[in-house]
Amino acid sequence: MAKHKISVTVNGEAREAEVESRLLLVHLLREVFRMTGTHVGCDTSHCGACTVILDGSPVKSCTVLAVQADGSKITTVEGLEQGGKLHPVQEGFTEKHGLQCGFCTPGMMLSSVALLERNKNPSEQEIREAIAGNLCRCTGYVNIIKAVQYAAEKMR
Amino acid sequence: MIPAPFEYHRPSSLNEAIGLLKHHGAQAKVLSGGMSLLPTLKLRLGSFAHLVDINRIPGLDGIKEEGGFLHIGAMTRQSALERSDLIRKKYPILADAVPLIADPLVRNRGTVGGNVANGDPANDEPAIMIALGATLVARGPKGERTIAANKFYTDLYTTALAHDEILTEIRIPVPPAKSGGAYQKLKRKTGDYAAAAVAVQLALDAKGAIERCAIALTNAGPTPVEAGDAAKFLVGKVPDAKTIAEAAKLAAAKSNPSGDHRGSVEYKREMARVLAGRALQTALERAGRA
Repeated sequence: MAKHKISVTVNGEAREAEVESRLLLVHLLREVFRMTGTHVGCDTSHCGACTVILDGSPVKSCTVLAVQADGSKITTVEGLEQGGKLHPVQEGFTEKHGLQCGFCTPGMMLSSVALLERNKNPSEQEIREAIAGNLCRCTGYVNIIKAVQYAAEKMR
Repeated sequence: MIPAPFEYHRPSSLNEAIGLLKHHGAQAKVLSGGMSLLPTLKLRLGSFAHLVDINRIPGLDGIKEEGGFLHIGAMTRQSALERSDLIRKKYPILADAVPLIADPLVRNRGTVGGNVANGDPANDEPAIMIALGATLVARGPKGERTIAANKFYTDLYTTALAHDEILTEIRIPVPPAKSGGAYQKLKRKTGDYAAAAVAVQLALDAKGAIERCAIALTNAGPTPVEAGDAAKFLVGKVPDAKTIAEAAKLAAAKSNPSGDHRGSVEYKREMARVLAGRALQTALERAGRA
């Protein structure tokens, strides 16, 4: 089976890799690039723990082939903090206790970041809809909503 | 979970893609959004030696009205459909349905063409395309041909497409004045398939009688199910509550679901009846306002 040379930009940094066709994007990030902030949860495109932003859209990286991301820009949770300063969404999750075990948090935050880039002033309903593909088994979502609202206010 | 090994191809034109499909025969599969195909490969429910990725072929996506038809490119993402003002204003049946497909992350990748061409009776857009009277445009080695949506689905995961044909576009006739459509879906949770769902598209004449009507059911058998008897019963009638109830009963009689964790056969058929009634009611209200 032929391998494919791919180039991607991960959190602003150009990266290259030689990948098997069947390598999943989440495994490229975790196992080839050793960026383990992106989690594997259900591995069946239900839970959203593996969410990354691919060319502006949040997607489940367990259900995208690494080779499909060739030439794309990817944002992972490692790319949210800038110059030692937390992203407003990260700050919101801290301030509003938007996490307990933390397993869903990277995906939850990336869906939230993508929402706020599209919609500066989302209603509670819009926030709930935007994170509908990310499952949290700890918080009951209430504090996650508050965290996103906190970030929205901070970013306006 | 890791798929079994396969060769990945990324053609840059439709002809190149069709050539690959022809060359590799049944061993090749088209990869569009991948939201059904990649889980199938990962779970090893199926395997293909060759994936032909059509994501980078120019001109396969887009939503536009032209020459009396709404043209939806096969590679149009569900999220693009969901955010389209044109769809929101003029195609409420799609505006109802798309936010209920999977979840927002899946809709960012999943395509309309994939939903329609996969042949999964649990997918929502096949029944909708049947209700809308859509024509499916396919390209193969011999050129382009069109297939009516209600003739497209032949069996479970089996469609009129040959293995070397690609669905390129869906053409929906622009609904006439006094038209209304609706999609009603019952699902247990975000990301779930329908326990039952009903698509209705109808048009009223000047006197308020139903001039044209099509009804189709999702997840009610091995293929999407067109409820022709119910539609025929309604045409020519000025509908009242009793007519709608009777039509809903006729539509549900066509439902032939299998019992599973989403409910028994009886439950699903009863839900099809209830949803058909609601979809007809909503479509009529919308047609009245149109």
